[in-house]
Amino acid sequence: MLRRYRWLTPYLFLLPGGMWLLVFFVAPLIVMASVSLQTGSLGQGYAMTWNFGVYPEMISQYSGFFIRSVIYALIVTALCLLLGYPLAYTIAFRGGRAKSILLLLVILPFFTSFIIRTLAWKLILADNGFVLGTLKEIGILDSGFRVLATPISVISGLTYNFLPFMVLPLYVSLEKIDPRLVEAANDLYASRWQAFRRVTLPLSMAGVFAGSLLVFIPAVGDFVNATILGSPQTQMIGNVIQRLFLNTNAYPEASALGFLMMAAILVIILAYARIVGSEELTAG
Amino acid sequence: MSVEAIGQRLVVGEQPAPENRPSLRRRAGRLVLPIYTFLAVAYLFLPIAVMIAFSFNDPRGRQNITWQGFTLDNYATIWGRPDIIEPMIRSLSVAVISTIIATVLGTLIGLALTRYSFRGRAPINMFIFLPMATPEIIMGASLLALFVSVGWQRDLPTIVIAHVMFNISYVTVTVRARLAGFNRTLEEAAMDLGADEWTTFRKVTLPLIFPGILAAALLAFALSIDDYVITSFVAGQATTFPLWVFGVSRLGVPPEVNVLGTIIFLIAFGFIGVQIVSQRRRASSESAPVPRIR
Repeated sequence: MLRRYRWLTPYLFLLPGGMWLLVFFVAPLIVMASVSLQTGSLGQGYAMTWNFGVYPEMISQYSGFFIRSVIYALIVTALCLLLGYPLAYTIAFRGGRAKSILLLLVILPFFTSFIIRTLAWKLILADNGFVLGTLKEIGILDSGFRVLATPISVISGLTYNFLPFMVLPLYVSLEKIDPRLVEAANDLYASRWQAFRRVTLPLSMAGVFAGSLLVFIPAVGDFVNATILGSPQTQMIGNVIQRLFLNTNAYPEASALGFLMMAAILVIILAYARIVGSEELTAG
Repeated sequence: MSVEAIGQRLVVGEQPAPENRPSLRRRAGRLVLPIYTFLAVAYLFLPIAVMIAFSFNDPRGRQNITWQGFTLDNYATIWGRPDIIEPMIRSLSVAVISTIIATVLGTLIGLALTRYSFRGRAPINMFIFLPMATPEIIMGASLLALFVSVGWQRDLPTIVIAHVMFNISYVTVTVRARLAGFNRTLEEAAMDLGADEWTTFRKVTLPLIFPGILAAALLAFALSIDDYVITSFVAGQATTFPLWVFGVSRLGVPPEVNVLGTIIFLIAFGFIGVQIVSQRRRASSESAPVPRIR
């Protein structure tokens, strides 16, 4: 009797988690979309007015924050790639028996609180902290030199915090590469650089792509690094969204900004996928 | 003797003694990546080292930003600071509850996606990645919009709801990775030997995928206890540990926060150390990982 309903089993397995995601991930996005088109205030209540005008209004009002966030996130992604690729490469190809330990060493710092790590960077980069203070005392740096509260400190904080999201997918894609392919390239008189450029790098493009997304997406939306390490001049779009939602209770404006941010991310990802090339992605 | 060793001997045998300038350069070149890796790991641990060092600092006043002197007092005074301990206990309870729920729900989805073929599998496979690819601030803000419009009081339960939501995907992906390399013949063998489906699942499937479930639960726990962005939107008046630390960071972070951070780091370090040791032991023991069915 029960056998007739066996095809239901996978749906039963999916049901509780799927419902949770529908109610607390999909439904909130729909609610937020509807809130973005409403007008009113928290005190008097909101009414749906299909106010699409809020979107162009938000773009013109906060375009500076959008541009800053995207530029910061692009720089952070590039830095993570530059720093992370050699690291993932070394672990994958030269790690030997220490592979898993090295990988764990890369992840381990990130088991400490995100906030505490960022606060530690604030300490390290402080104007008269033990790094800059010492350099200033020796006379290498001018006494007015500062890193904290500049774009450099925000970008370096973001880079540090999102580096493992780059290293892990890179490692996974590099680890899959058969070393014999590189040997074959060398046998065919490719220099070490040529072998890397023509064999290893193309085969790791899937990891480059995945890692770039995993760094870029949270970096665009981050507001913690800009708050702790930055100044009012380095605020990102996340700071605006958070402030409008939690301090000003300007829900429609904040919701519209959220969707504009997602749209910007989507456009950039699609452009990036175009540049990287889909045939190279499927090769990995 | 390995092929490599033979090759090396050949090379050494052939090597002309005087002209070894390029080989020196090459040897130096081979050191670049290991040195870089060492520096990169040092960079990753730098803030952790600072955090640990300043947990032993003896600051006068609220600011714990310059080194004043070594003390162990902070490790004693922390237990008399309910303002720090209580948010930590709140964070731990949220993490335990949300981890249990997310692990069960995520594992079920992982099982459905790998063990069965059914209509709609491919889109669900894609859908499960969406929460991981959505910026945290969007998930937090949209949940806030939902809770406000439905009129739910934001408190610990709404934090748990949010943490379960973002952890389901991570659990599913981790468990699915473990299930992907799974040998179904073991289950078929158990069925052939007369075990029913439930017994097969309990005695064969579960023990085999348990390491994956455990890894997923640990990941979910770590993500939950550390979450700031989403929690800040759905917490209402409740303060978890990250929220509390962020709140006081403007006024100056007391060294006791560094003490708690150090303790958490050491626990994570211990967990990972145990994993490495057990991995080594499993690798060295030759016994095949076939479960016994009693």
